[in-house]
Amino acid sequence: MAEEVARDSAGGESVSREPLTLDVSSVWQRYPSKGGHQVVLSDVSLKVPEPQFLTVVGPSGCGKSTLLRLILGSESPWKGAVHAAGREVVHPDRNRGIVFQKYSLFPHLTVLENVMFGLELDGTWLLQKWLTWPWYKQRHKQHQEQAMEYLKTVRLDQHAGKYPHQLSGGMQQRVAIAQAMIMKPAILLMDEPFGALDPGTREDLQLTIIETFEEQKATIFFVTHDLEEALFVGTRLLVLSSFYSVDEGEDAVGSKLVMDIPTPKTPTTADKKRGDFRELIQEVRRQGFDPEYRQHVREFDLRH
Amino acid sequence: MANQAPPGKSEDPAAPPTRKRTVQIIGSPVSRARQVILGVIPILILCLLYAYFSHQRHVENPMDRLMPGFDQLAEGLKEITTPNKRTEEVWLWVDTKASLLRLFKGMGSGLAIAITLGLLMGIFSHVRAIFAPLMTALAKVPPLALLPIIFIFLGVDESSKIVLIALGIAPTLTNDIALAGKAVPQSAVVKAYTLGASTSEVAFKVIFPQILPRILDSIRLTIGPAWIFLIASEAISADSGLGYRIYVVQRQLAMNVILPYVLWIALLGVVMDYVIAAISRWGFPWAHDRGGH
Repeated sequence: MAEEVARDSAGGESVSREPLTLDVSSVWQRYPSKGGHQVVLSDVSLKVPEPQFLTVVGPSGCGKSTLLRLILGSESPWKGAVHAAGREVVHPDRNRGIVFQKYSLFPHLTVLENVMFGLELDGTWLLQKWLTWPWYKQRHKQHQEQAMEYLKTVRLDQHAGKYPHQLSGGMQQRVAIAQAMIMKPAILLMDEPFGALDPGTREDLQLTIIETFEEQKATIFFVTHDLEEALFVGTRLLVLSSFYSVDEGEDAVGSKLVMDIPTPKTPTTADKKRGDFRELIQEVRRQGFDPEYRQHVREFDLRH
Repeated sequence: MANQAPPGKSEDPAAPPTRKRTVQIIGSPVSRARQVILGVIPILILCLLYAYFSHQRHVENPMDRLMPGFDQLAEGLKEITTPNKRTEEVWLWVDTKASLLRLFKGMGSGLAIAITLGLLMGIFSHVRAIFAPLMTALAKVPPLALLPIIFIFLGVDESSKIVLIALGIAPTLTNDIALAGKAVPQSAVVKAYTLGASTSEVAFKVIFPQILPRILDSIRLTIGPAWIFLIASEAISADSGLGYRIYVVQRQLAMNVILPYVLWIALLGVVMDYVIAAISRWGFPWAHDRGGH
């Protein structure tokens, strides 16, 4: 049954010439559990043709982070496949950046060194630093300047010499964003990046990430449990949920994308209080988060 | 009842009510000066107790050698710090040199094994699966029980002492480093890969530097055991060394030599510990001052 679906969507995709930025085709994922397996993701498909700011919400435990890890490549799907820029994702690599909620920086490096880390290592091998010293030194200088520019955009150039533990949580996340963006990844994955921050800092960072998206034109895949945040920062909202109904005789297992909608334009934080914005939140909450309300599989509002 | 006292009785109504602060001992900080004073007290008490009992013994028998008085200790100290009449050697100097050389060679080779293997075990789960049970078992074997085997195979000269120290500290140290390597969060590794790092770069630029301070801590903890193995092997067979000397003069009941030697060994251990701690603080500030924001 599932394989049929996989073949169907694969056939439809071959029409377009340009490789999609991100193409999640009929992905299933399960984890071993007591006496068998638990299916977490059930036939999730997602196509991203051009840079979009995707935000993913859903009830806790619905598999948001699992989907993120599949796109990152740190986990392999049970069935289906993830393609980024036409290539199948097998491992984490430099085409997809990541910002975690915690441990997001290397504690043994200063802020500047953290941001430079990727530039310094990309395309080099371990002993290159020592064997090609003059060339390396010149490169190193360029990297420093470039990293300082990125630090300026996140307003942390004053703190370049500090170690991560000397920064507040919000500052650390800003460094982490600069650290990932300096590699100019095609996709930036963020796993509840602002989940541990206080509301003020959070709003500040939401604006930072929106600016980053508009400047860099990278696809951002932003997982959050905060619906308001998701609607505010993103351009496209995905709702992952296991609350849906199926035909009788079938079992509903795992989460599906139950909603996939463009988000309203919200240029300022004041827009969060707009009436239509609040209504949309209520609507998404009902469709995605309410166990009582179950849409039928065929009725999902999906525009892949 | 107390806080309902009539307002007229208070001398200054604007002053905040004085509450009695109860002392919470757990977690309350101790000033640096007080730390020093508190730390010196037990040492001082020990010295005084020694002086008292030594004096008591000398009242009974002025020739007592088991708890030498301060004049006898001075005599012993002179004996070990001036050139010997027969051999023209300064005992303390010759012995310290011989012992420290053995200690550094032994700890150095033990460390080399432990860091290489421990790092590989910490990074690659397959290597860990292969070596972890063996290392755990080896760590449980008292190294002194291996001493006869080492003597049989290597003879009783220098190499056997170095091997004993190396074998004595390597298994525990290896497991320790492996655990530290394993404890580096997987997210740091994933992150390094997304930033374009190769596997060797993840090992040497992400995992190794992060566990270096932890390795230094482990080294500090192995200084004690390393000294045990050194003294033990020197006691059995040697022609110089701190352990050798202590055991030689034991036959003459020369407590006035043994005691300065023991204190000297303690001092050497403390200095080594302090030096490594200082290197760690100086080289890895990020691992130490966790408080400041």
